[in-house]
Order: sequence, then structure tokens, then C-alpha cells
Amino acid sequence: MSESASGTINYLSHDKSIKSWLFTLDHKRIGIMYLIAVSLAFLAGGILALLVRIELMAPGETIMSADAYNQTFTLHAVLMVFAFIIPAVPAVMGNFVLPLQIGAKDVAFPRLNLLSFYLYVAGAVIALAALLVGRIDGGWTFYTPYSTSIGDGILYVSTGVFVMGFSSILTGLNFIVTVHKMRAPGLTWNRLPLFLWSIYATAIVQVLATPVIGITMVLLFLEKFMHIGIFDPALGGDPVLFQHFFWFYSHPAVYIMILPAFGIVSDLMGTFSRHQVSGYKFVALSSVAIAFLGFLVWGHHMFVSGQSATSSVVFSLITYLIGIPTGVKVINWVSTMYKGSVQLKTPMLYAIAFLFTFSIGGFTGIMLGVLAIDIHLHDTYFVVAHFHYVMMGGNVIAALGGLHYWWPKMTGKMFNETLGKIAAGLVFFGFNLTFFPQFIMGAQGMPRRYYDYLPEFQGYHLLSTYGSWVLGAGMFLILGYLVASLINGKKAGLNPWGALTLDWTHTTTPPHPHNFLETPIVTRGAYDFHLAKDLFASGKEVSEVVTSTKH
Amino acid sequence: MANAHSDHPAHLQHHFVSSEQQFDAAKMGMWLFLVTEILLFSGMFVAYIVYRTWHPEVFVKSSELLDPVMGGINTIVLLASSFTVALGIHFAQKDNKKGLVINLVLTFLFALTFLVVKYFEYTAKFEHGVFPGAAFDPHGVSHGVDYATYNIQYARQFFSIYFVMTGIHGFHVLVGMGLFTWITIKAVKGQFSSAYYTPVENCGLYWHLVDIIWIFLFPLLYLI
Repeated sequence: MSESASGTINYLSHDKSIKSWLFTLDHKRIGIMYLIAVSLAFLAGGILALLVRIELMAPGETIMSADAYNQTFTLHAVLMVFAFIIPAVPAVMGNFVLPLQIGAKDVAFPRLNLLSFYLYVAGAVIALAALLVGRIDGGWTFYTPYSTSIGDGILYVSTGVFVMGFSSILTGLNFIVTVHKMRAPGLTWNRLPLFLWSIYATAIVQVLATPVIGITMVLLFLEKFMHIGIFDPALGGDPVLFQHFFWFYSHPAVYIMILPAFGIVSDLMGTFSRHQVSGYKFVALSSVAIAFLGFLVWGHHMFVSGQSATSSVVFSLITYLIGIPTGVKVINWVSTMYKGSVQLKTPMLYAIAFLFTFSIGGFTGIMLGVLAIDIHLHDTYFVVAHFHYVMMGGNVIAALGGLHYWWPKMTGKMFNETLGKIAAGLVFFGFNLTFFPQFIMGAQGMPRRYYDYLPEFQGYHLLSTYGSWVLGAGMFLILGYLVASLINGKKAGLNPWGALTLDWTHTTTPPHPHNFLETPIVTRGAYDFHLAKDLFASGKEVSEVVTSTKH
Repeated sequence: MANAHSDHPAHLQHHFVSSEQQFDAAKMGMWLFLVTEILLFSGMFVAYIVYRTWHPEVFVKSSELLDPVMGGINTIVLLASSFTVALGIHFAQKDNKKGLVINLVLTFLFALTFLVVKYFEYTAKFEHGVFPGAAFDPHGVSHGVDYATYNIQYARQFFSIYFVMTGIHGFHVLVGMGLFTWITIKAVKGQFSSAYYTPVENCGLYWHLVDIIWIFLFPLLYLI
């Protein structure tokens, strides 16, 4: 034990064999494996997105046939939704950070955690195998009866989504139990880092919503495989029932995507403003409120699908309600910055970018929840722009902030801060250039998923495509300097950002295989900077203070 | 690491502080898993309710073609198995290895009986051309009812729902038999005691859920 106390052992260096990675039960290594896997999915999905944008530079055929275009955007969506964005933050950062932030040696069920990773990989491979056996087009929503009328590829995609869903359930279940049962002494719910409140709310949604997409995929599989007549109108089934089932999962799934992003932004706001997050309890409970309300709004995807007018009105009203807890968060983040002393490091740049992009995504969501307006905007580029502002402007930008924030903890290396800031600027600018024109052409009537379009929309499409190149350049720059930091990055200190959560104050960088040599005892909240004067006294860097008090 | 944990019992995993914490965590995890199981079945129950509401007369007549005696026997078999698995947990808590093993084996046999009865039910239906999905082509007479008069697509829907629900439930029974085989072996090896019987408790919880789902399936499909 003596060598580990001196900090030479860490979870990366203690055993470097391939086998020790593939069979690891260590939540940190599983988090890193998820990081690599979802990054590959993001890369593949991103390249498909660039291809879609190039095709749309001019009306008519540009680089691919209409048929290839339909398959390209469908595969982009399936990869991004199921293989990237749903596991991205919970499975990567949740896995890596959660036990560190609650002062535990691991998640409650390490073997389930590894199983969950392999289920994810298997599910993604099965879904991709659909490419080899037949065409998959018509979008990621698989609406019947179209989806059961195309080739056998749907059998693979439905199986893949089912298996990835199982992985998501096991991750969520693991996190709920871990947060309930494994917190360090003194870490009360009111002291929990807001990232964990969000991961907890996310896990609830994962556990309660995913089984429904599971049975939906089973029934879709059986519909295609032996025509059981549940969803196929030709056999007496009801396609709207499929839409209900599908959105009963897939709307809450939107909160699986966005809630962890809220958590990251809350942590970044507190840490880089050097101030208690304003309205801590409201920010924490608003995550749970969003998770709850998120289950009651699925019908707003079906305003034009033939559900009753009464249902539509109720779903529309509940959709407005979600604006309240979301607004509570945004206002508290802004007020945290107002009261605090903001340090514009790269992760914080992403948190601030998130405030702009997510707010636009959120507001346009409320506009789409208005029944009359939705009739006009339904299935146009306005919807495409809205959900990209939430998914990418919300989740991905926050996830990039989180990745930069925890990168030193994960790897022990600092990335190049200047390049980091340039890339953050490119991503923010490129993102807005890509998607803002889509709001305008959508409002003017450009339908989504169309291969061809009227010449009057070409200007907007060109802007959007140029934006996607800037965005892509930003992403590749990030990939470049992060990989470079592994090779020649500066060694990271114990607490380079001066955070107060256990992952930074009580573990080495990178962490010990068992995280903590002794169970930490928590005496203050996650952002109680006013109670942590000892850490900041006499002008010392936090990392120096932590080093000297620890050993 | 061995000396640092020398005061820990063998069953205690390194990342837990105490046996109580490990037991509570495992039990909470199992309850959450049961919630997901209920939600999985809820999709099928919703489909059942929707189509029954739309075609009540077809569903009533089709349900008369199912054999309530066979279904009733299976209900009793599953209730009995829930009783034996509960007894098994009781004996584990009392450190009674023999009682534990006997009750686990009994539970396994009840589960097997359930599937055998189900097998005869399914084959009786198949003989009359009552298959799930596209192969649905009913003929012949059973229980004094002529299948051919029900040869309409909504009857096919009823039987599709019947086969999917009981099929997925039957799959859960099969998984349960696997679980009971596994913990019976552990019990014979003497790995359970009043200090550690978490797998018995959790398999018991799972089995009660399988039982409860059948308690809902039986009246909905066979009786009303």
C-alpha cells in the first residue's frame, strides 16, 4: 500500500494488458471504453451528417442518389440517437465521475456495468449489420406500416435498439442504487454535486422509459417477422398505437439526452464562477421535475397523427409546463455567474455557449408545443433546427465542456488551452451557422427529410453546409489536440480547476484503482466556496493545498 | 489488498463497506429491475386493452377457445411455486440447508410443470391451425366450438396477443428455471446462510413477479 500512497499507482498504469481492460470491473476503465466507443459512433454519425449537408448544397442530385440520401440520413439519426447521444454523458462521464463524486470505490454492481458496456457494443453492431442485409430508410422513428414494408434490415435495427436499451436500463439501475446506497458519510442529498442530481434523474428516466421501447421493438420485430397485426393497419392493427409506444419512450429519451448536460453545466457554473450555484435546491429538484413531466408530453409528437383534440390540448399544456423547471435552471446559472467571479477556461466557454444554444432550442420547443403553430411547422426544417439546438447545442456542447473538464482527471494530462478556446469558438460559430438558417427555411416551408428542394431555399442550404464544415473543423481540432495531449501534454495537477467536489479534492490524478485510500468524510456542500477558505488561503493554488493536506 | 480486508466475510465484495450495504443495494437493484419488467409487459397489456375495447365480441368468443382448466392448473402450480420459494428464503434465514434445497428443487419442478402444461396447450392450438401471425388458419372443432366461424383478422389479433404475452411470460419462466438451477447448486455447496442469502431473496422476488404477471394474464385471456 505504501507505493500507492505516494501517488505512483493509478487506474491506467497499474495493469496495462489488453485483458485487464476487456475484463475490467473498474468503473473508470469502463467509462474510458465507453468514451472510445461512443466517440467512434459520433465520428461515423458526424461523417454521415457532413455527407447529407454536401448532398443538400444544390437542388437535385449532387453527390448521391435519392435512395442513398434516405439511407444516409436515417443511419445518421440511428447512430447519433441510440449509439451516441443516449449513452454519451451517462455512460462515459456518469461512469467515470459518479463513484468519484460520492466517495465510493465503485458503482454498486460492477459486473452489471461491464455487461452493460458489452450489450451496448453488441447492440450497435447488430444495428449496423442492418446495412449489409438491406436498406433502412424513413428516419429513426420506424413508423409503421412503412417500416414493416421495407427489407429485413428492420429486424436487425429493432434487435439492436432492444439490446442497446437493455444496456441503458442496466446503467440507469446501477446509478440509482449507487447514489442511494454508496454515498460517503456526510454526503447528504443537499450536498450532492448537481451533476449527480442530474445523472440520478436521468437514471430514473432510463429505468422507467426504456422497457417500453424494448417491448415496442419486440412487437415491431414480430410484426415484420410473422405479421402479428398489432401495428399493421392491413391486418387490423393501429399505426398510431405504434407512435404512442414509440414516443412514450422517445420523448423521455430526450431528457436522457439533456438532463446530464444540465448537470455538467451546473458543475461548470459553480466551479468556474467560484460561487455556490444559486438556488441549489431548485436546480437539483428541477431535474427531477423535468424527468417527471417528461413522461407526460409524448403526445406532442402526434398533433397531426390523428389523436383526439382533447389529448392534443392536454399534451400541449403539459409541454408548456416543462418550460418552468428549465427556466429555473437557466436563470440560476446566469445568476451564479453574476454573483461569482467567472474564470473563462475552455470548459466554462462551453457552459456559456450552452446557455445561448440551449435557450434557443428550448424556446423553439415551446413554440412547437403550440397546437396552431405546430400545424404549420410540423415536419419542416424548423423542427430539425429545434432538436439539433437541443441535442447538439444542448447535449453535445455540454458534453464537450464535461470532457474538457474531466480530461485531466481521466488522463492525467492537460490539453492545450489556446487551441481549446479556438476550437470552442469554431464549434459555437459553426453550429449556429449550420442550424440557424434551418429555422428560417423551415418557417418558410422547407420540409424535413427531402432530397430535393425549390431553388429559393438554396442560399440557406449553402450557409448550413458551410457551417457544417466549420463545425467539423472544430471537432477534428478537438480530436487532434486531445490526442496530442496524451503524447506530450503537460502533467495535470491534483485540482487544476479549483473544484470542491470529491473527484477533485480527494483523489489523485489520475485516480487510484480503488479511488480512495480512505473513505472520505464530507463536511460541506459541493459548491460551498465560502466554507473552503482553507483551500484558497494565502494565494496558494488549490492543487498545492490539496497536496500538502493529503499526505 | 488481502490483509486490508481480512476482517471481511468471503461474500462481501471489496467496494461495499458492510454486508448490510451490499444486501440493501442488491435488493434495491432487484426491485428496480422488477419495475422495468412490469413496464415491459405494460406495453402488451395496453395493446390488449386497446384491441379488446375495439372488438369486445371477438375477444370474448376467442377467449372461450382457450382451456380454462389447463390455465387454472397452471395458476395453482405457479401459486404453489411462489409458496415454496418463500419457504426456501425462510429456511435460508434459519440456516436450514436441507429445507432450502428441497424447496428450491420443488420450485424448479413446479416451473417445469407449468411449461409442460403450456406445451400441451400450444400444441392443441397448433393442431387446429391457430398460430400467431400470418400462419393463422383455424379449422376443426374444439370444446364444441367451430374454429372456422372465428376466422377473421381480429381473432388472429387476439391469438397473436395471447401467444406473444404467454410466450414472453413463458420465456421468463424458463429464465427462472435457470436461476433456480444456479442457486440450488450454490445451496448444495453450502454457500448460503442467515448471514448471506441475497441471491435466494432476489430470485424469490423475481419469481413472485413472474407469478403475479400470470395472475393478471390468466383472467384477462382465459376468463373474461
